[in-house]
Amino acid sequence: MDKNMIKEFIAKRVAKMLKDGDVVNLGIGMPTLVANYLPEGANIFLQSENGFIGVGPAPEQGKENMNIVNAGGQCVTILPGGVFFDSATSFSIIRGGHVDMTVLGALQVDEKGNLANWMIPGKMVPGMGGAMDLVTGAKKVTIAMEHTAKGAHKILKQCTLPLTAAHQVDYIVTEMGFMEVTKEGIVLREINPEFTVEEVQAATEATLIIPEDMVQMEV
Amino acid sequence: MHKQITMEQAVDMVKDGMTIMVGGFLGCGNPHRIIDKLVEKGVKDLTLICNDTSFPEFGVGKMVVNKQFKKIMASHVGTNPETGRQMNEKETEVILIPQGTLAEQVRAGGAGLGGILTPTGVGTVVEEGKQKIELDGIEYLLERPLKADIAIIAAQTADKFGNLVYFGATRNFNHLMATAAEIVIAEVEEIVEVGELDPNHVVTPGIFVTHLVNGGAN
Repeated sequence: MDKNMIKEFIAKRVAKMLKDGDVVNLGIGMPTLVANYLPEGANIFLQSENGFIGVGPAPEQGKENMNIVNAGGQCVTILPGGVFFDSATSFSIIRGGHVDMTVLGALQVDEKGNLANWMIPGKMVPGMGGAMDLVTGAKKVTIAMEHTAKGAHKILKQCTLPLTAAHQVDYIVTEMGFMEVTKEGIVLREINPEFTVEEVQAATEATLIIPEDMVQMEV
Repeated sequence: MHKQITMEQAVDMVKDGMTIMVGGFLGCGNPHRIIDKLVEKGVKDLTLICNDTSFPEFGVGKMVVNKQFKKIMASHVGTNPETGRQMNEKETEVILIPQGTLAEQVRAGGAGLGGILTPTGVGTVVEEGKQKIELDGIEYLLERPLKADIAIIAAQTADKFGNLVYFGATRNFNHLMATAAEIVIAEVEEIVEVGELDPNHVVTPGIFVTHLVNGGAN
């Protein structure tokens, strides 16, 4: 799979997790692609932390409105039934447990469910934006990312970068598999048939738990 | 009571060394006309409280490039490389705050609260130096309120009492900051007579807004 196919594969698998009525916040970058594969016929309420629910697709060229942007500052649209609100209301939704799932990328994630995705000391200090609140407050936290960073492990026994939040990650979706973070460790629930268990383990620093009922990952 | 002032009068109210709140999110909902005039005036040594530092050529980001802040409190500065440069060179003190915490700190400042308890940041560098309080088995950080000498905010329409109506995603921090500063200047696209706004549609009550500037249509 090339880069774009990997992103599409991951986004499609994440989208399959979403149910009618879910309130979902998609992070900037690959998680945004999930919006392209939402289950048909389901009302999924996409929340944007800058202040609205009902994020729609990018507007046609020439119809952009600079006052309707997503959390990455890009012009978007608002769907029928959508609603605008201020930042305190937005984070009441986020921190207060009213978001069913948040989907974010990661620099590192570990077997305790710790997540690091907001800074690399001495290199990249962009700020956490809404990420810490999202990871702390959302009912389910799903990490959507490539399994490794050009071969370097990202799924670790213990994160080494500054944390975004401790013990909050529920699921990890990569091009290699669908994983659940449990008290016992990271369970490989589904595996992409293009890879063997040995290959997935070799690309993962944390020791994966392989359940008897592991199935093929389908999108 | 006469709240409408000229752009020049508005800009004159911002003095060197003040703490200033600026509404907006990545420039969306920034009071762009006032910001442009503040860049021209070159007022300096300000402490900025804003969600982010926008982009170098857009909104409040221009004031960063013009080196007008000695301290910046924001949730995100990654879209403006100049903020990162000033931070790394120790020219400007930058305090990064989780976005939801920042929103509640401003709200607490305006609402007369002594602080807020939030689980966000527990187990991260954000908890350093802060009091932790455990209630019903959950750890929270005590975050203190934020207030400012002056807030500059943006809205679509005001009536002459200062009641504000917003458009699109511009509400963000504007409504909150209107409550948390001594002087509150709202830059609006249009000022209408009292009675013309439907009270059901007003988001920010005019009593919070001390001054209005007609910035014209965006």
